[in-house]
Amino acid sequence: MGKVIIFNVIRFLVLILLQIALFKNIGYYNLVSFYPYILIIFLLPIGMPNLLLFTLSFLTGLTIDAFYDSLGLHAAACVALALFRIFFHKITLEVDMQESFNTPSLAEMGTKWFLSYVFFGTLVHHFTLFIIETFSFTNFLYTLASIILSSIFTVLTILLMSLLVYRKKSRISNI
Amino acid sequence: MKNLWLFLSRYNAIFWFIIFFVVAIVLVVRNNSYQRASFLNSSNVMVGSFYKQVNSWKSYLALADANEKLTQENVLLRQQVQNMIQANPVVDSVHLVDSIEQGRYAFIIANVANNSIHQKSNYLTLDKGSADGIERGMGVITSNGVVGIVLNTSAHFSSVQSLLHPDTKISVTLDTSKVFGSLVWGGNIDPRFAMVRDIPNHIKVKKGEKVYTSGYSLFPAGIQVGHIVETGITSGESFLDLKIKLTTNFSNLNHVYIVKDLLVKEKQELEATQDNG
Repeated sequence: MGKVIIFNVIRFLVLILLQIALFKNIGYYNLVSFYPYILIIFLLPIGMPNLLLFTLSFLTGLTIDAFYDSLGLHAAACVALALFRIFFHKITLEVDMQESFNTPSLAEMGTKWFLSYVFFGTLVHHFTLFIIETFSFTNFLYTLASIILSSIFTVLTILLMSLLVYRKKSRISNI
Repeated sequence: MKNLWLFLSRYNAIFWFIIFFVVAIVLVVRNNSYQRASFLNSSNVMVGSFYKQVNSWKSYLALADANEKLTQENVLLRQQVQNMIQANPVVDSVHLVDSIEQGRYAFIIANVANNSIHQKSNYLTLDKGSADGIERGMGVITSNGVVGIVLNTSAHFSSVQSLLHPDTKISVTLDTSKVFGSLVWGGNIDPRFAMVRDIPNHIKVKKGEKVYTSGYSLFPAGIQVGHIVETGITSGESFLDLKIKLTTNFSNLNHVYIVKDLLVKEKQELEATQDNG
């Protein structure tokens, strides 16, 4: 339990640092931008109470907002991601798994589950983020293109990071 | 009551989501100027279009009244025009520049008889010609900008090569640095914009800076041409390309002035001797 909290805190610090120092400066004009910091929210323990999950997501978003000068924008997107996370867990996981305090990581959950988890979650997050950022439906195709392209790059970055820290543990489901 | 609590706790994720999301959106709208502006705008669009609709219905009811007023005004204006024509002969030359330069430039008023802005090479036709002293190569301006250069004249008409023509090149200077470059229409298709070429790379140029004629070519110095809207479009050379918004509105040109440089012969003769020597 204590170990899980410490891991999450370290992950939070490292990913926020990477996001504001590195990924903020990478991008292809306005079209593609990377937001792999959302891995923080993806990897929060499964069985945590909803209120705590929303609060932590909100705070993560606010921290990023503070550095991006866009108060509330990332917070809203992260809250949407948290809601997606709850539904996704409820649909795909068994009841005893839902109660456990495991980290839903690549090693723990298997490639297929983790991939779809990250992919759809990133889509939800980026969709909310870009729609609120442009705040209108004019030029919607351009926004849609940047949502999809950014999602692809964010997912790739997240997968790379997950593979970097991949440690084979007791696998629950076999692919 | 118990059922209500059951309902709330069962769907607590959604309720927490709504609360947090609303808080975040409120933060966005209150603290980010762009979203605030467009939030207010979108509500204004609804209000505005509603009023517009109401107004268009109301205006039908007032049509008879409006017609009556317009006819009365027409009668009045017609009387005034008649009186003026009898009282004053037609004015056909005015002075627009400084008294120092008055001896050098004279201006001839003309009306635009024909105009084009959508071609690749645009020309105008003016309703005065060689009978009024217009000659080939004179500059044409309006009260707030440059129009073009006289190309050909007949007795009562003259054709003008508009600024919106690939061959037109006019010498201009920048407001602060006083360096000179040449104004061309460039690769624009838009009649509101033009390019300033040949400004050296080391010059610091600000957006919004005004651009004036330099006085080296056919036009008197200090006529505003436009202001810079885009800087730093480098053509890969050691010169800057600046995009400027023209002050002249080519789409509704009506009265123009033809610049008659009285000393042009003297200047040309002097420059010709330089070439020979």
